[in-house]
Amino acid sequence: MNAAPQQAPSATDRFAEAWAALLHGRVGDHGGTLTPGTKRRLVARTTALLHRARNEDPFDPALAEEVGALLVHAHYTDPGMLARVVELVQEPPLAEGRGPELAGAFAVGWAVTLREQTLHEQESIRLAADTARQGAERALNASEARFRALFESAAIGIGIGDLEGRILEVNPSLVELFGARTEDLEGRRVDDLVHPEDTPGVWEAYAELISGERNRFQVDKPYYRADGEVVWTNLTVSLIRDEDGKPQYQVAMLEDITDRYRLQERLRYQATHDALTGLPNRAAFFERLEALFEDPAPGARLGLCYIDLDGFKVINDSLGHEAGDQLLTAVAGRLAGALAPTGHLLARLGGDEFVVLLEHCRGEQQAVSVAKTVLDALSRPMAVGDNQLSVGASVGVLERTVATTTPMAAVRAADLTLYRAKEEGRGRWTVFDPGRNALSVSRYAVSVRMPTAMDRGEFFVDYQPLCALSDGSLVAVEALLRWRHPQFGVLGPDEFVATAEETGVIMPLGRWVLEQACGQAASWVRRFGAAAPQVNVNVAGRQTRAPGLVTDVARILSGTGLDPHRLQLEITESAVVGRDDESLKTLHDLVGMGVSLAIDDFGTGWSNLSYLRDLPVSGLKIAGSFIGDLNDPDRDEALGWRIVGGVVSLAHTLGLTVTAEEVETEAHAQRLRAMGCDWAQGWHYGRPVRPGEISRRIAESGLTR
Amino acid sequence: MSRPKWVPAGTDLDKPNAARVYDYYLGGSHNFAVDRAMARKAIELWPELPDIMRANRAFLRRAVQYMAEQGVSRFLDIGSGIPTFGAVHEIAREVTPDARVVYVDRDPVAVAHSRLLLKDDPLSEVVEADMRDVEGLLAEPAVADLLAPGEPIAVLLVAVLHFITDEEDPEGIVRRLHSAVPPGSMLALSHAGLEGRPDQAGPHQDLYARTPTPLTMRNRERITALFNGFELVEPGVVYFSEWHPENPAAVEAHPERMVGMVGVGRRS
Repeated sequence: MNAAPQQAPSATDRFAEAWAALLHGRVGDHGGTLTPGTKRRLVARTTALLHRARNEDPFDPALAEEVGALLVHAHYTDPGMLARVVELVQEPPLAEGRGPELAGAFAVGWAVTLREQTLHEQESIRLAADTARQGAERALNASEARFRALFESAAIGIGIGDLEGRILEVNPSLVELFGARTEDLEGRRVDDLVHPEDTPGVWEAYAELISGERNRFQVDKPYYRADGEVVWTNLTVSLIRDEDGKPQYQVAMLEDITDRYRLQERLRYQATHDALTGLPNRAAFFERLEALFEDPAPGARLGLCYIDLDGFKVINDSLGHEAGDQLLTAVAGRLAGALAPTGHLLARLGGDEFVVLLEHCRGEQQAVSVAKTVLDALSRPMAVGDNQLSVGASVGVLERTVATTTPMAAVRAADLTLYRAKEEGRGRWTVFDPGRNALSVSRYAVSVRMPTAMDRGEFFVDYQPLCALSDGSLVAVEALLRWRHPQFGVLGPDEFVATAEETGVIMPLGRWVLEQACGQAASWVRRFGAAAPQVNVNVAGRQTRAPGLVTDVARILSGTGLDPHRLQLEITESAVVGRDDESLKTLHDLVGMGVSLAIDDFGTGWSNLSYLRDLPVSGLKIAGSFIGDLNDPDRDEALGWRIVGGVVSLAHTLGLTVTAEEVETEAHAQRLRAMGCDWAQGWHYGRPVRPGEISRRIAESGLTR
Repeated sequence: MSRPKWVPAGTDLDKPNAARVYDYYLGGSHNFAVDRAMARKAIELWPELPDIMRANRAFLRRAVQYMAEQGVSRFLDIGSGIPTFGAVHEIAREVTPDARVVYVDRDPVAVAHSRLLLKDDPLSEVVEADMRDVEGLLAEPAVADLLAPGEPIAVLLVAVLHFITDEEDPEGIVRRLHSAVPPGSMLALSHAGLEGRPDQAGPHQDLYARTPTPLTMRNRERITALFNGFELVEPGVVYFSEWHPENPAAVEAHPERMVGMVGVGRRS
């Protein structure tokens, strides 16, 4: 392939060898990246060109320039390479003066090509960068458009603010939520939006967020709308940071929960107030009382005035219940009026019993003066219908340091003291006397007898049907504990469970009921298979708080062979409202085992709807008092049904099965069915009965099916 | 690290970019002042870097050639950067003229550049994807097409896994790629090794820590473990120049000074 040799072959070969070695060498070894074929072709072509450039006459610089260009194209661009080539091409033998010419021509070709290639590469990378940037901008525009659409059409209210608390932008839903115009909100300050009912701590949380100490918080918060109305929202505020983590903006998302909140408030009011007199009720009283014991200051004192009207029963019996109720309402009004200046809590405990709680009592004298105020207030006759009725009262006064008593003991002592006041001749107040207290325990004999009653087999369990409202079929039974008391006859749980809980007897007793109920349920399953009902067992708050419930249940289930899915434990709201982590863990462990949980007596406790969401419960039983009240002509029946309907729809939202308790008529069953309530329990569907009666019912339903 | 698909990647030209820095090391001009500043700083600290990069490029060339000779005609080059010269399709086609190549990179500039370069090549595709989302990468139409016939493919992870931090789980990424490719497929991998120049590892990683692509150098054991599920081709995981040298003289006296460890494996 070479031109005819004019020089000694050995010299030509020597040069070609040195040239090939240079291209294969390590100086600026871009060559390693060339395939052997490419490199071979490059060496051959450049060797030939150089051979001609070195030997042909006249000297043609284009040949050497091309070699320079070829090397650059092959990416031999290291300046060190240029130096070596310039040196090598001038190696003798070479015509006179050709060396510098040849080297110069090579350098020209190398430099021009390198410059062109550099410019070309710069241009192409710029073009690539521009293309990429345009692509990114288009994508950014598209994503902004999507975000904008999301922002504009979201059902949830969204507002964006800066770190100084200025509202920068709001979406239409937020504008609507506030009943305002966009310009009313944008530019306003977030901290203008305080409301007196703001949860304590919400503004601290906000300050922490703004300063970057926390990334988000969530809270239920009220706002004033433009028209002055209040809107309750579930508010989530998040901090937006830049790439380096520096806080940039805050984003608030507000969901209107006013309806839910109002329902909850109504339930809470109903649960904590006496419907007849409007006074706080028993639950509210105990709530306040127990709060005193939570974290008492050293030396903190409390006072109780336990009030019972004298001769109320006579008035009730002779003038009728209506007059009795009117009298109670009048008494409540008198007492509330007289006590208002003192600021003490007045509650109606039930019947004709009232109580005054002195939360920060300064001593016995203060409690006694409250008792006197009470008696004074009732000294003048009261107008009831056409009658002027004089009604007296007796007051039991207890005044103690918080540290020396318990809520139950304090109430019991006040009650006993009242009893003594009655015995001593009515219309008077009596102060608690520990010495005399011991003599009056007969009323609490139940608690003494209870432990031995267990050993003597005085307890037994009845079962009450829970039926599907859709077709009346038996779906579950509730186990109800009974005590066949040798003196008092058969007692229901209402009459002794509170005492059992107080004394701790509830622990062995609760286990015993679980064993009985699970054993019975398992025997139904063996006998009737799938037609056997689920069994519901009540669990007291004390049981859920004590360790060992989970192991007890597990042991009983495995001992009786009952499928955990056939056991539902009924817990009361009060057992879970003040839920500590431990009892919550107990509940989760039970559910993890396959046992289901239902909230019993819903509507009688605090009815905090938001906790329902967080509890592992699958059922909710609407307290009998709701349904029972629907029979009461004095009650606003429409409102009652609205509340029940609200509870049912809320429970369904949370995926809970709803059982209505104390359903006594077909009319109520129909109404509940129409509302979508799932199950019902009450005399209309069957009273609590012996297990044999339930067996008969299951067998019968099997026949008719 | 993850962002929703609809949020665009930035093209931040104020920060040096590994692909363009690499181009500078190789003597190219597909780079900007920030890239050159970073590269010069790196070279000042570690003068052999350009040689290391060339050795890496040379390994890529030999590995592609080897795999093409083994009969593989489908190539998936993940972290292809700016394939200016000695690109996979050019090398492969010296052996197999109809070799198909899919180039994958997550840097939009590198991708745009590759597209400009390859717009007239019907057998090459360029995909913008991030290997940290392997499923997303495999779901890209061009990648799915490459895999569709079920023929063995060659996966190239050349000088790319050291840009995956331990938290981003490089082993997991390779494992998922392994399960996605048919038997007979091959994996070629190069990775910055820790043992070769322990004195340089710290400062060099510090330098890359400021870029969008921080560097994690790993030891031989970790690099070998990346081949789990692949049968390593002789001589196993070695330094650049020790892998299938074209002649014995090409292996320098201290191959470990080039720090990069490489290997090729076959999925059985």
